[in-house]
Amino acid sequence: MAAFFPKIVDKYVQIGGILSTVGAVIGIAVFAYATSPSVLKTGYQPVQPVPYSHKLHAGNMGMDCYYCHYTVYKAAYAAIPPTQVCMNCHAKVKTDSPLLEKVRESYATGQPVQWVRVHKLADYVYFNHSAHINSGVSCVSCHGRVDQMLEVRQVKPLNMFFCLECHRNPAPNLRPVQYVTKLDWTPPNGEDPAVIGRRIIAEKHISPPVNCSGCHR
Amino acid sequence: MADLASVIREECNPPMLSRDMSYHDITDQISSVTEWKKTPKQWWILITITSSLLLLLLAMLTYLVSTGIGVWGNNSPAGWAWDITNFVWWIGIGHAGTLISAILFLLRQKWRTAINRAAEAMTIFAVACAAIFPLFHTGRPWRAVYWLFPIPNTYLHMWQNYRSPLEWDVFAVSTYGTVSILFWYTGLIPDLATLRDRSPNGLRKVMYGIFSLGWRGSSTHWKHYEKAYMILAGISTPLVLSVHTIVSFDFAVSVIPGWHTTVFPPYFVGGAIFSGFAMVMTLLLLSRWALHLENIITMRHLEVMNKVILATSMIVGYSYGTEFFIAWYSGDIYERFHFFNRITGPYWWAWWTMCICNVVIPQFFWVKKMRRNIAVMFIISITTNIGMWFERFVIIVLSLHRDFLPSSWGYFRPTWVDVCTYLGTFGLFLTLYLLFVKFLPMIAIGEVKSTLSAQNHVEHVYAHYLETYEGAETKETHGLA
Repeated sequence: MAAFFPKIVDKYVQIGGILSTVGAVIGIAVFAYATSPSVLKTGYQPVQPVPYSHKLHAGNMGMDCYYCHYTVYKAAYAAIPPTQVCMNCHAKVKTDSPLLEKVRESYATGQPVQWVRVHKLADYVYFNHSAHINSGVSCVSCHGRVDQMLEVRQVKPLNMFFCLECHRNPAPNLRPVQYVTKLDWTPPNGEDPAVIGRRIIAEKHISPPVNCSGCHR
Repeated sequence: MADLASVIREECNPPMLSRDMSYHDITDQISSVTEWKKTPKQWWILITITSSLLLLLLAMLTYLVSTGIGVWGNNSPAGWAWDITNFVWWIGIGHAGTLISAILFLLRQKWRTAINRAAEAMTIFAVACAAIFPLFHTGRPWRAVYWLFPIPNTYLHMWQNYRSPLEWDVFAVSTYGTVSILFWYTGLIPDLATLRDRSPNGLRKVMYGIFSLGWRGSSTHWKHYEKAYMILAGISTPLVLSVHTIVSFDFAVSVIPGWHTTVFPPYFVGGAIFSGFAMVMTLLLLSRWALHLENIITMRHLEVMNKVILATSMIVGYSYGTEFFIAWYSGDIYERFHFFNRITGPYWWAWWTMCICNVVIPQFFWVKKMRRNIAVMFIISITTNIGMWFERFVIIVLSLHRDFLPSSWGYFRPTWVDVCTYLGTFGLFLTLYLLFVKFLPMIAIGEVKSTLSAQNHVEHVYAHYLETYEGAETKETHGLA
């Protein structure tokens, strides 16, 4: 039986084999990089209904995070403040600013401002703000320097890798509880944060869970 | 004398093929199935049904992924139910293919040649059906690749738990699937070349040409081929035993009464071969009848298969007995309660179905007439697989529905999604099988031919015998002149 394919096909097969192998390796690498949480999740910055500036309030004016997000020490959930909290000041300050139109409208009608959530964990993860804050994990560890952001964006991947890195070695991210909302805090006298962290771990008997059901309950 | 000789010929060397077949007839007959000028209407009707079931499977899986695995009925205390039952059932069915193709090859059981191709194909399709269940039980199968395989990644920041038999299962099943495909494909190459050479120029010839990898049938080719086939048979052989052993570890390594027993590995392997042979039997009887392959898949093949079914049924029955004996002998109240509960508890009907189908009904095969009766063997092949499905159901659901704490007792009921997903896997399995029958030689042409020479040799010796001791007339009456 005569050969059906011409001899040159052998060459095509060899070249095709090499190209598809190289292509597959590159393709998988690109896919893995492009879909990794640090690429896919960080930098998320939705447009908010009201151009609220964290930099102005928390940065320049030095308001404590806790003033608005007032549930973090006690609850799992960090509250998005109701309009009344805004109006504590804005009933007196900038009462006719057009930027605050939606806030005044919300206050008048009782309908909340439709803030867009930035940091969102998957529904199969249990996360408790109070447990972290009271152990001395600062807001900055997960949310970054919000006090320097005009509009809030996600800066950490907040995936399992991110959580576990800290759960396995919490010391560098721990500080005395009174400083957790002080985002630019650095240890006094140039002390190593890990040393302080280890001291806090010993004092408070901190042992973050690393088993599955610690977070996937 | 002549009568005695013909009896000896019949009994000691019953034909594996019809006595009047030549090499060319074999090629012609097996290839002709893939060379239909016009695909029969029956094939279209069948594939319409099976591919509708396949669509049902896709719909169910889409529904499951988009809603959550709560759409299945398994929930505390029966965290595993139909999904794992179906998984073990399908993977068990796959075992016959590897047993026939690898172990029987190494044991030089030539009768395997008529059935090994279809059985191997069945293995691969069954493994595909099986893999669906644990994969979709994870709820997010696109992520499961990181949970199941040790791939460095930035999602988890952790490795798999290598002490868990569930992780061993991942390797066992994926190795099994890979080796089965390689083995099957290697065996197909010479036959694909045969089809290529018989095809008119065109797409058909190009496709078979590509997949036959330039096979020309030279003796160098055959030498390499046979070496490769032997090596793959060697690799596959331990897999026949290891895969279901490890599947049984999923249960045996835990401490649940009804699961925690050392008899599981041989018990599971025996059961897997039992159900696998039954499924091969079901499909082969249908294919043989529909495609008129009676002269290649002869009564001898079917009878030998029935003997294997009988033997493995006895192994399974013995294992059931052992479980009960050990439960009593252990003196453990939980073990005793569990096994008592199997027979008399709320799922008594499942246990009795299992026992009747797996242990009682195959006993008909002790009678030669029954072993050689097509209707009987078809029915038994079906009841066997019903029984083997119930065996897995009994092991899984019955062990879980009675927890150590009576406050956690429950009763599992399947949801309509459970039922439709299971039916859907039949769609996948049968659609693949129908495509296989249409496009690939469903019997190993090259291998079947190898049995013909031995058969011809016996015939030749017999002819000489008649020539020497009998007159020419006798020879004529035996049709050998």
